[in-house]
Amino acid sequence: MEIINALIASMDWNIKNPEGVVKRYKSDTGKDVIGCFPEYCPEEIIHAAGMLPIGLWGGQTDIELSKAYLPAFACSLMQSCLEHGLGGRYDDLSAVLIPALCDTLICIGENWKVGVQQVQRISLVHPQNRKMEAGIQYLRSEYTRIKESLEKISGEPITDEAINISIEIYNEHRETMRRFVDVAACNPHIMVPLKRNIVIKSGYYMLKEDHTKLVNELIEEIGKVQVESKPYKRILLSGIMADSKVMLELLEDHQLAVVADDLAQESRQFRHDVPQGNDGLHRLAKYWSIFEGCSLAYAPDESRGDILLKDIKDKDIDAVIFCMMQFCDPEEYDYPLLKKRLDEAGIPSLFIEMDLQVSNTEQIRTRIQTFSEILSY
Amino acid sequence: MKSKLTSNERVSNLLKRSYDEAFEAKAKGQPVGWATSVFPQELPQAFGLKVCYPENHAAALAAKKQSLELCSVAEEIGYSMDVCAYARTNFGFLEKGGNDVLNIPFPDFLLCCNNICNQTIKWYENISRKLNIPLIMIDTPFNMEDEVSSERVDYMEGQMDEAIKQLEGISGKKLDPKRLEKVMEISVENGRLWKKAMDMTSANPSPMNGFDLFSYMAAIVCARGREETTLIFETLIEELKERINHGKTTFRSEEKYRIMMEGIPCWPHIGHKMKVLTKYGVNMTGSVYPDAWALEYEANDVRGMAKAYSLMFNNVNLKKMTQYRTNSLIKGKCDGAFYHMNRSCKLMSLLQYEMQRQIQAATGLPSASFDGDQADPRCFTKAQFETRIQALVEVMEERS
Repeated sequence: MEIINALIASMDWNIKNPEGVVKRYKSDTGKDVIGCFPEYCPEEIIHAAGMLPIGLWGGQTDIELSKAYLPAFACSLMQSCLEHGLGGRYDDLSAVLIPALCDTLICIGENWKVGVQQVQRISLVHPQNRKMEAGIQYLRSEYTRIKESLEKISGEPITDEAINISIEIYNEHRETMRRFVDVAACNPHIMVPLKRNIVIKSGYYMLKEDHTKLVNELIEEIGKVQVESKPYKRILLSGIMADSKVMLELLEDHQLAVVADDLAQESRQFRHDVPQGNDGLHRLAKYWSIFEGCSLAYAPDESRGDILLKDIKDKDIDAVIFCMMQFCDPEEYDYPLLKKRLDEAGIPSLFIEMDLQVSNTEQIRTRIQTFSEILSY
Repeated sequence: MKSKLTSNERVSNLLKRSYDEAFEAKAKGQPVGWATSVFPQELPQAFGLKVCYPENHAAALAAKKQSLELCSVAEEIGYSMDVCAYARTNFGFLEKGGNDVLNIPFPDFLLCCNNICNQTIKWYENISRKLNIPLIMIDTPFNMEDEVSSERVDYMEGQMDEAIKQLEGISGKKLDPKRLEKVMEISVENGRLWKKAMDMTSANPSPMNGFDLFSYMAAIVCARGREETTLIFETLIEELKERINHGKTTFRSEEKYRIMMEGIPCWPHIGHKMKVLTKYGVNMTGSVYPDAWALEYEANDVRGMAKAYSLMFNNVNLKKMTQYRTNSLIKGKCDGAFYHMNRSCKLMSLLQYEMQRQIQAATGLPSASFDGDQADPRCFTKAQFETRIQALVEVMEERS
C-alpha cells in the first residue's frame, strides 16, 4: 500500500500545484504550455508541438471578477475558469484553447478575448453534423488552423509524423485508463472514490506518456495487494465532472464504490481511441465522428442512454448518481430522458447538483446518506 | 378589393391559414415539420411541406398565459428551470398532447438550425427521441472571425445537400430546382421588405409602437417564403408612409424617449411592459430584429444562402454583435438602451454585460437592464421593470 499511496501522492501533487507544473515544464523544456478548456480539445496537436497541454477544469474559488462578465445563472465550472483567467492565474500559459461546445463556452471564449487579453484565446468550433464527410473535413480545417496558431507560438512546424506519434501516445494512455477503471472497479477498497478521481484527473496536468507510466505502475501494485473487500454498492457517476472531495469521501463513508463513470472529465475522454490512418489531423477529426455518449456531441438517437445501460449491465451497477453541473443546459436536457430509461430498467438514481463554489455540504451529506440507506434495503 | 385589408389583418389571416394548412396536411396524412425560427425554410417550402414553429408557438402560448402550466409539466418530468422556457413550454405541450388555447399539429419531422442558439440542438434531439421522428440538422458553426470562412461554407453546403436528400425521402418528391429558386427569390424579397418596414421606425416620431414589430415578426418567421407575406409588408410600408406623412403613430402616447430594447420580450408580461413604457412616453425604435431575417443572397446560390444563415446576429462574434446593436441605436435615433437579462437565453445573457459596456462606450448613450424571461412568468417582477425604466428615463431626461 505504501507504494500505491506514494504514486497517488505524486499524482495529487500535480493537481494541487498546477502553477508549479507549468513553471517546471517551461523551465525544464523551454517549451510552451497551452491551457485546454473543457470538454474536448485536440491535445495531440499541442503535444506534437512539444508543448504541455494542461486541463483547465475550474476548481473551487471565490467568484468576484467574473461577475463583471457573467450573470449568476452561468455554469459554475465556467465561472471558475473565467475567474482564474481574469485573476491572472493563467498568465504563464502561452494560449488557451476554448472549444465552443455549448452557448456558455461560446460566451466564455468571447469574454476571454476582451477580459484576459494577456493569454491568447485559440478558438475551436466542433461540427455537430460530425458524422458526414463535410463535417469531418470542416473539423480537419479547424484543427489545421489550431496547428498553425501553435506553430506561430513556437516558431516551429508541427510535422504530420509528430502528430501521429502523439496520437499513439494518447491512444496508449486511453487504453491504460480504461484498464485502470476496470482494475479500480475490482478493487474499490483500494481505489476509493477520491483516489480514483485523483488518478484520472492528474492526467490533465502531466505529459500523457508520464501519466501512462505512473498508472501502469499503480495497476501493477494494486495487483499485489491482498486486502479483504468490504461489501460495496456499485455506483456509476454521470455528468460533466464529479470533482468534489466532500462528495467522493461521502461515497466512501457510505460504502458506495465508483465502479464506472459517464463523466466528461473522466471516461468520456478515453472510451474511444483515435482511429488508425496516415493523416494525423484527419484521424483526429474522424475521432469526433465516432465519439459517442456525451451531451455535447450531437446525437438524436438514444446512444448515450444505450451506453449507460450497457455499462450498468456489463458492470453490474446497483445505482447511478447524476452529478449535475449547476446551470449546464446540455446535461440538463439529457437528464429527463436518461432518468426515464433508468426508472424503466429499475435502476435507482440520485440527482446531485454540483456547484464548484459552494462549500456548504450538508445537503449533499443528507442526500447521499439517504440514498445509501435506500440502496441497502 | 384586397387592398382594403390592413397589414395587421393580413398577418392574422396568414397565421390562421398557416395553422389551418398544417392541420389539413396532417389530416391528409402528409408529413408536417417543426422548425427553429431561422432555419433555411426555403428548403422545406420548395418541397411544399408544411412547417410549424415551436418558438413562435411557445411565445404565443406565453402571451396567452399558458406557459407557466406547460413549463411546470416539463419540470415535473425532470427538466430543470434552467432549461430555455420556450423549450420547456414545448415539452409541456408535447407531454399534455396539445393545448386548447392554441394548438399545432405534432410533427413528423424536425428542422433544426443552431444559428440562433445551441440549446435548440438539445431541444430538438429530445423531440426526435420522444416521437421517434427524423431530425434534419443544419449546423452553422459560430463565427469567431469577422467573416464566414470558406471551410464553414463548404461544411454548410454539404449539410444543405444532405438536408435536400432527407427532405426528398420525407416528401417522396425530387427537388425542383426552379421551385427552390422561386422560394429563395420570394424569401429574399420578404426579408428586404421586412427590414425596410422595420427601419421606418427611424422617423420622428416613429409611425408605430415598437412592440408592433413582434406582431409582424410572426409573418417573417412562419411565412418568409410566401407571396402573401410580400403583400403584408408592402401594405405595411404603405401604411407607415401614410402615417409618417400625417405625423401619426400607433404609439399610444407622446413619444418622449426612443430606446433600443435588447432581447426577446417577456411574453407573459408583454401587456404590462407596453403599459409601463407608454406611461413614461418611451417607444422602442431600435432593435436588432430587423436584421434577423433580412438575409441577402442570390436566388440560385445555395452557398450564399448558407453563408447568410450563418451570419444571424446570434451567431457572430462579440464585436459584430456590438456593431448590430450600436447601428440599431443610431438608426433608431435612440436616447438610450434597455437590456433584458433573459434567464432563458445563455447566448444573449452571458455576453450582455460586456456588450452593454462596449455599446455605451461607442454611443455614449445611457442604458439600464432588467431581469426577465421570454416565457417563464416567474422570472420577471413588475416593480423591478418599472424602477429600471424610471431610472433610465431620468438619465435620458437629464441629457435632453
